[in-house]
Amino acid sequence: MSAFFQANLPYLLSGISVGGQYALIAIGYTMVYGILRLINFAHGDVFMVAGLVMVYATTAMPMYLSIPLVLIVTVVLGFTIERVAYKPLRSAPRMSVMISAIGVSYLLQNCALYFTGGLPQMYPTIPWLSDSVTIGPATTKVVTLVTPFLVLVLVIALVRFIQKTKIGMAMRAVSRDFETSQLMGIKINSVISMTFVIGCFLAAVGSLLYFTNYPSVVPTSGAMPGLKAFVAAVFGGIGSIPGAVIGAFLIGICENIIKGLGSNWTVFSDAFTFVLLIIVLLVKPTGIFGEKATDKV
Amino acid sequence: MDKTLQKDPAKKIGAAIAVCLIAALYIFLILLDNVLPANGFTLMLIPVLKKGAIYSLICVSMNLLNGFTGLFSLGQAGFLLVGAYAYAIFAIPSDQHAAVYQYFDGGAIGFSIPEALAKVLGENAGAFLGAVICIILAGLVAAVFAALIGIPVLRLKSDYLAIATLGFAEIIRAIFQWNGVGPVTNGSNMLRKYTSFSAIKIGEIKLATAFPFFIAMICIGLIVLLINSSYGRAFKAVRDDEVAAEAMGISLFKHKMLSFVISSFFAGVGGALLAMYQTTIQANAFKSAMTYEILLIVVIGGIGSVSGSCIASFLYIACNEWWLRFLDSGGVTLFGKEITVPFFRDGFRKVVFSVIIMVIVLFFSRGIMGDKELSFAGLVRKLRKKKTAEAAEGGAGK
Repeated sequence: MSAFFQANLPYLLSGISVGGQYALIAIGYTMVYGILRLINFAHGDVFMVAGLVMVYATTAMPMYLSIPLVLIVTVVLGFTIERVAYKPLRSAPRMSVMISAIGVSYLLQNCALYFTGGLPQMYPTIPWLSDSVTIGPATTKVVTLVTPFLVLVLVIALVRFIQKTKIGMAMRAVSRDFETSQLMGIKINSVISMTFVIGCFLAAVGSLLYFTNYPSVVPTSGAMPGLKAFVAAVFGGIGSIPGAVIGAFLIGICENIIKGLGSNWTVFSDAFTFVLLIIVLLVKPTGIFGEKATDKV
Repeated sequence: MDKTLQKDPAKKIGAAIAVCLIAALYIFLILLDNVLPANGFTLMLIPVLKKGAIYSLICVSMNLLNGFTGLFSLGQAGFLLVGAYAYAIFAIPSDQHAAVYQYFDGGAIGFSIPEALAKVLGENAGAFLGAVICIILAGLVAAVFAALIGIPVLRLKSDYLAIATLGFAEIIRAIFQWNGVGPVTNGSNMLRKYTSFSAIKIGEIKLATAFPFFIAMICIGLIVLLINSSYGRAFKAVRDDEVAAEAMGISLFKHKMLSFVISSFFAGVGGALLAMYQTTIQANAFKSAMTYEILLIVVIGGIGSVSGSCIASFLYIACNEWWLRFLDSGGVTLFGKEITVPFFRDGFRKVVFSVIIMVIVLFFSRGIMGDKELSFAGLVRKLRKKKTAEAAEGGAGK
């Protein structure tokens, strides 16, 4: 047992770290889906854009300015996407909104391709977070250890926010029943915007942590984490924040342990996520924490 | 009712026009392959025509599923991959196996269908028939995959179906890249040296451009026949209201499955054609971005319109590969003057493209054709109506 642990500690550590980063993205998915019933395919690309903004910001200004800038730009981007691409389609069929989301994702990727010229952009080293530490047999970066705690703090803050504040209460009401909450005088548009703002803020934090572990950002580097985070949200029960976080940690850890099995299995580290998704959808479509949906005919 | 339809002269004229146009198209394509000189214009035109025909088939197959049956599936790239691989695996000549499967001791497949047929029928006939058989085989393999995937997946609804099919496409991609099946799929290395369009000839006549048109047209024709049959009407009923359709005695699962399998068959055929067009294939290229691209073409053409999908495919490919190329090249030549535009550089074409797509999605969500079809009979009727209306107006004026 301890031999297994010794051999797999590096994978376990990076699994926990990646899982935490997925969790931050997954919260954005799960909140948006809970309220709009929309798979926001562009969320992964917003995450990628946050990475690119960081790359460009650090070339022009010091670190203590560029990190807040990344957070602000990402939040503004998310807000704009919602206003421009999703709001006009509020009464359209769900398929049109989803197509619009795919269109936004395509647009963001192509814009990134244009600005980067298709070259991978070196991600800056963030002081302290990028430092190496040694734990037992494994050497890793500080970010690996910081991530789970930061995620925990952010999630607790978010859950408190949703339970205690007025706008949080409005969010819960809207996710329960869109039309009725509108009749009760909830300003639906500001609630939805708030959801996107929170989701994108967390995605930006996630991107700071995620890309510190990787050498560079390319226009497609948001697609896979985005899909995996969505799977995590489905696994945990869509609409449930703790569920999404647990799902994300599970996916991150499993994926890295599969990577540790040997080079022959590495191709399945991505596919595993989708196998998990299909099993969940077939066995318990509402996820582990999801509310039971009643089919209204 | 039937009698009036048969006697409708507009339909007859429309059919005649269609037959003439198709004949003219094929004559043009064969001339293009054999007689016309290879200059800058034809060198751009030929690939656009080939790829446009292939994409038409792929988009129509996706439209059958998304537009006519209302199943929002995002697994198309997976079925294209299966089709492309099935085609390539059976069409690599056996003396090339050692070179292609260099990391897997020449692979596990020791034969090639076009080669076997060439021994019996002669080289050209063998390549032609072999390619057709491999293409059909590719479709069948994709259909089998679809049947297996459909059993669990088709119970899901709307966005869950979308994400599950997307997941399966990714799983298929991973399996095809796995070294365990390397002797067949060549792992993550590319497959090459199989029969491509340039090998398709009858006698001395080259058919490199006419062949994809021929296959795509037959397949789209079959899909149109299916849509107009009682099965097609059942598909539309399922799309419009599942509960009502079930109450009318339509088996939901059976018809969804049928649509899914047939759509995947044609996607497989499209994948095989794509493999022939590209001359090399690699599983890594069939990512979900490919499905998104196809979906966006279908949206541009109009969800639920076969002719819309075809028009949009040709437009998209022509813009992408030809007409909007200047956006990437750093400048435009207007009236013989070279104007350099600073922001015209690599990738700008795609940005313009995605903006156009977003405008279509947001403001013209019906696309080019909506759910209507382009028909010559309809055009003839419209022209006649205009004439009679004018005549009536002239009469009233007097």
